[in-house]
Amino acid sequence: MRLTLNGRAVNVKAHPMRRLLDVLREECGLTGTKEGCGEGECGACTVLLDGEPVNSCLIPFAQARGAKIKTIEGLKGAHPLQATFVTEGGAQCGICTPGMILAAAALPRKAALEEIRVALAGNLCRCTGYEGIYRAIFKARR
Amino acid sequence: MRTAISSLTLLEPRSLREALVMLRDEGPLTPLAGCTDVYVNFNFGTLPQKRFLNLWPLEPLRKIGMRGGVLSIGALATYALLIASTLVRRRLPILAAASREIGGAQIQNRGTIGGNVANASPAGDTLPVLAAAEAVLVLRSASAVRRVPFRSFYPAYRSTVMRPDELLVSIEIPPVAGRQWFRKVGTRAAQAISKVVMAAVRAPEPRIALGSVAPTVLRAVRTERALASGASIEEARRILMEEIQPIDDLRSTAAYRRQVCGNLLERFWKETA
Repeated sequence: MRLTLNGRAVNVKAHPMRRLLDVLREECGLTGTKEGCGEGECGACTVLLDGEPVNSCLIPFAQARGAKIKTIEGLKGAHPLQATFVTEGGAQCGICTPGMILAAAALPRKAALEEIRVALAGNLCRCTGYEGIYRAIFKARR
Repeated sequence: MRTAISSLTLLEPRSLREALVMLRDEGPLTPLAGCTDVYVNFNFGTLPQKRFLNLWPLEPLRKIGMRGGVLSIGALATYALLIASTLVRRRLPILAAASREIGGAQIQNRGTIGGNVANASPAGDTLPVLAAAEAVLVLRSASAVRRVPFRSFYPAYRSTVMRPDELLVSIEIPPVAGRQWFRKVGTRAAQAISKVVMAAVRAPEPRIALGSVAPTVLRAVRTERALASGASIEEARRILMEEIQPIDDLRSTAAYRRQVCGNLLERFWKETA
């Protein structure tokens, strides 16, 4: 099945009902995408599908056909969010971080704090208390 | 994940026509839209179905438009599309309001109104809105199309009048006169399944619809009639208490739901006065 993965056209063979999450981690070897709850509650497995944040644990691989998928690896460590998550203490254990960064990457520039909170409502963090995360996103979007 | 994916089959139609023929000739098939509930059940290993039909790529089913005075919403319209639609916000703002409180951005980008309706959960957040709007559901099979009033769509808990060869293709919203009101009560605004949902319309004949307090979404017809004939809000509240059948479950208790329903009714009446 053809799709664009982190900017590169790829052809991946996998069962059409396999979770996009598993295909990314196993077939594509991109283990930056984490599995948290496996039921769409926590957002740890968030990737961008045609620019929109989605839970990759809830998407059959067939529904990624022809799509542009971006995972945390696609940001190459060079995205402003990745820098501000470090400087603002936006990460502790790190499991939620790739999902948080991708959900935030879909935000418009200069997003207000309230917009950031709404956009991140589907991403749970059990360590940081969110303030460092919001601060990191707020800084990176300016 | 407790379901073995290798045991599943997915059929992938390229048009609605092809989908309907597959349903007729190769069924029984479970239609897939945004999969936001299906994969939760795969994860728990609680889905007995093995054969699925992928509707997601059928773009024409995502259309939101006006036909005559009727707002027509394609079954595959996602919550994100409903929130962004000026037509929805103008004609049925409580549908946009309900959509905003479903899941988070990730769920809103995939979950669809057709999925919410066809899934037939009594906690579906758009269902009270559609009940209050007196929506009409358009069901298609390979050989026919029929329109079912929303109020007769759910005969019992978790079941619908849809036949195995039918698909829900769109939802029609006739003009709604009066002030619309919506409130979801859950543990938090995002990512929470509701304890009680209420959608209502303030008009000479008020409409009150409730979710999560009965085996199916409920129109509180006795309460509506009482209010229409001039009963006090205290009296209406008493009638509503009798009309609902909430249960104790993992999300809330019957007693709490009862109390909240009464409070919501009073708040609706006060805020739309």
